[in-house]
Amino acid sequence: MFAAATEAATEVVLKSGWFLENAWVIPIIPALSFFLIIFFGKRMPKKGSEFGVASMFGALVFAGGATYQWIQRVNGAPEGAFISPVVKTWTWWQNGGFSFGIGQHVDGLTVAILLVVAFISTLVQIYSLEYLRGDRRYTHFFASLTLFSAGMLNMVVAENMIQLILGWEIMGLCSFLLIGHWWEEGANSRAALKAFFTTRTGDIGLLTGTAILFFSANEWTTKTLGVSGFSIRGLSSWALSGDPGSAAITMGAIALFIAAIGKSGQFPLHTWLPDAMAGPTPVSSLLHSSTMVVAGVFLVARVYPVFFKGMDILGSGANFIVIIGGVTIVIAALLAFVQTDIKKVLAYSTVSQLGYMMMGLGAGAWLPAVFHIFTHAFFKACLFLGAGSISHSSSHHSFEMKKDMGGLRKFMPITFGTWIISTLALCGVFPFSGFFSKDEIIDNVGHNGYNVFMYVGLAGAFLTAAYMTRATYLTFFGQPRGASAGEHHEEESHDSHAAHDDHADHGHDKHDSHDAHASHGPHESGWLITAPLIILATLALSSGLLNALPFGENWENFKKWVEPSAEVINPTGIAYVVGGIGEARTASDTPTDSTVVEGDAHSATPMATAAGEDSHSAEEGHHYSPCGSKTPEQGVCAAPQLNHAPFKWSKAGLSMLIVFAGFLLSLFMCIQLYEKKNKKFVGLTERNKVLGFGYKLLVNKYYLDVLYEKIIVRSIAHPIANAVYRFNQKVLDGVVNGAGTTAKGVAGWVYRNIDQRVVDGAVNGTGSVAQGAGSALRPVQSGKVNQYGALLFGAAAIGALVLVIVNT
Amino acid sequence: MLVNQFLILAAVLFCIGVYGVIARKNAVLVLMSIELILNSVNINLLAFSMRNGSLDGHTFALYIIAIAAAEVGVGLAMVLLMYRNRRSIDLDELSEMKG
Repeated sequence: MFAAATEAATEVVLKSGWFLENAWVIPIIPALSFFLIIFFGKRMPKKGSEFGVASMFGALVFAGGATYQWIQRVNGAPEGAFISPVVKTWTWWQNGGFSFGIGQHVDGLTVAILLVVAFISTLVQIYSLEYLRGDRRYTHFFASLTLFSAGMLNMVVAENMIQLILGWEIMGLCSFLLIGHWWEEGANSRAALKAFFTTRTGDIGLLTGTAILFFSANEWTTKTLGVSGFSIRGLSSWALSGDPGSAAITMGAIALFIAAIGKSGQFPLHTWLPDAMAGPTPVSSLLHSSTMVVAGVFLVARVYPVFFKGMDILGSGANFIVIIGGVTIVIAALLAFVQTDIKKVLAYSTVSQLGYMMMGLGAGAWLPAVFHIFTHAFFKACLFLGAGSISHSSSHHSFEMKKDMGGLRKFMPITFGTWIISTLALCGVFPFSGFFSKDEIIDNVGHNGYNVFMYVGLAGAFLTAAYMTRATYLTFFGQPRGASAGEHHEEESHDSHAAHDDHADHGHDKHDSHDAHASHGPHESGWLITAPLIILATLALSSGLLNALPFGENWENFKKWVEPSAEVINPTGIAYVVGGIGEARTASDTPTDSTVVEGDAHSATPMATAAGEDSHSAEEGHHYSPCGSKTPEQGVCAAPQLNHAPFKWSKAGLSMLIVFAGFLLSLFMCIQLYEKKNKKFVGLTERNKVLGFGYKLLVNKYYLDVLYEKIIVRSIAHPIANAVYRFNQKVLDGVVNGAGTTAKGVAGWVYRNIDQRVVDGAVNGTGSVAQGAGSALRPVQSGKVNQYGALLFGAAAIGALVLVIVNT
Repeated sequence: MLVNQFLILAAVLFCIGVYGVIARKNAVLVLMSIELILNSVNINLLAFSMRNGSLDGHTFALYIIAIAAAEVGVGLAMVLLMYRNRRSIDLDELSEMKG
């Protein structure tokens, strides 16, 4: 099989370096900066933004160093060797015999996402310097943005699930804070709450799934690898070991996937993401398109073996992940057609692209899905920042395409150019980055036998091209309308779409130059806005070349650097075995852990899922590895064996044709509808019943919001509230009233017979005494809560003193 | 002994909390001070639980966290009502109970 077969169990010393060994520092930089901004930000000359930008730049440098050293590590390793992740762990806290660690797990996936997050965060913070200039909560905005980056970077380097949850929750909090940044507007704070509650619904799954997996895996991971059942390395190896019972791992995987559905805006919990566009545009660009929303996808990619086994990926028939991903692609893409708000078009586009990533992961196309996270971050961030640039400089803080945009290509050449490049990348046109990732997903989904979903992906590509053409046409072509045409309809516009241009209300009310630039019509934004756009557009154009399959194997760098090889490795994780299963068997002769390995093989139950997959890889001429197809008899696996579809120009040509058909059809419809106002097409949805029904369904977002807010929440919350009210009125009040009447009767008798005659005489005497005491004590009853508190604590202190004196 | 440091921290937190309850006029700050007091108690419980090597203190601390959450929910609801009725959350203005 390999030349190395003769020298089995070769110990490979992998290169490492300072940045790689200390990747855990990366999230700490922005975390410290967050505290600096909170405590000292307002006193700084730039109101704290300098801390934010500097810390993100620092994180970027460290992430770049780690990436470089990881590439060195991969390139320095012999062919086919398993490149072990750089894992470090310290005890975070101990509780009842459980030890919770914190540390780092750095592999190809980690460095790729670290680099993307740090990079986009840096650019977005630079962009925000200009975009939010003069905002009343400028300092807090930068604080939240920086804390978000810290949370996301922490989630990415996380060594175990608990650390991952920590980062995940920090991101959720920052998402809430940033969506509701302009909370004075009711719609914004509602959107923030909706985002928070919807993702929380999913997060329950994260906790449950982590707990299920921990209790199933802990014994195995402790025994075999010496790590806890939270460890990502432990969980991955455990899932492929044959130890897990199918119920436990399936339940765990489903629970974790529900978290991913919530966070990554998958159907049916995608409804929060479009509403989240109420936040400032840099937030939409950073959190709600390129980084935070891929957290769910990242989770699936991170502990992929758990999903691989738990969901039976590459097994017979469709699985949960691929179905959810496929459904999300289409429903979100359809919704993008009826939006008039440019950011909502982009939001639904994000949902749809996240669907591609999920579908890829569900169909065993791990690498293309991860590569799509990578490329999508650049072009979608660029599109959002472009939309922000338009609203900032041309359309008077409005995002309404139909009302306030149009014809902007002449006024904003840089924004237009970067927008077009990113759009082409999003649609997956050949030399742009989206082609190399999205087309790979579609191709591999088909290659792995999910034919239906390949067609879903192609349909999604058609729809993507069509809705992006519509958005581009409405924004940049035709005649300027509304605010872009220089109309000053500040008052009406604020009332009519209050949700979107609160910006002008709150953000810029003290901004003097604001009125000045509004008065001389649409124009290009300043360099703080265009520079990030240009950088992102350059990457949208070129980042696909990192894994340019059509140009041959030498171009598949991303695959080489990021994809973990499916090799059987020694459980100690230190001695690396070069070669396949035959060599690995000899590896167990090393005295390290042979008893453990034997015990392992004993408990192993071969999984009979992937017999078809075996023959698959054989006929493709792939190196056969037992990882993923069946339980390894010796050692452990850290990644399942996945196939890669060979590149064929015929397939790529077909998807290009589909994309161009989308462009042309959409362009034709746009010209007919918006330019010529052709009577045949205008108002078609009102005349044709089928189209009208579809349109109504889309405008109402499939009635999902109604289902959640009116039906589910009301049917749960209202009966409880009603029942409590009734219990209060009938039972509690009845008891109180009954007691009252009885007491009244008794009291009457006592009053008449005892009180009046016997007691009164005595009481009158006491009364005068009490009156004296009362007036003396009266100042104590000041009605001041604080004073009552002081008395309480004073009394408690005296009581404590007495107790101490008595006991000594 | 490590327990001492925990106890000192708890005592400091407790004192800050008591100061807050007594000196602050803002109802929300008073609620936050009460949280501090509860958490100082938690730290005490955890410190002793650690010294005795038993889990009882942890369990108590968890109960206290749950109760504190409920308490702050009720407290905030009261503050909200107060604000609705008086457009202010200044505790000094709440002196109807003056005898």
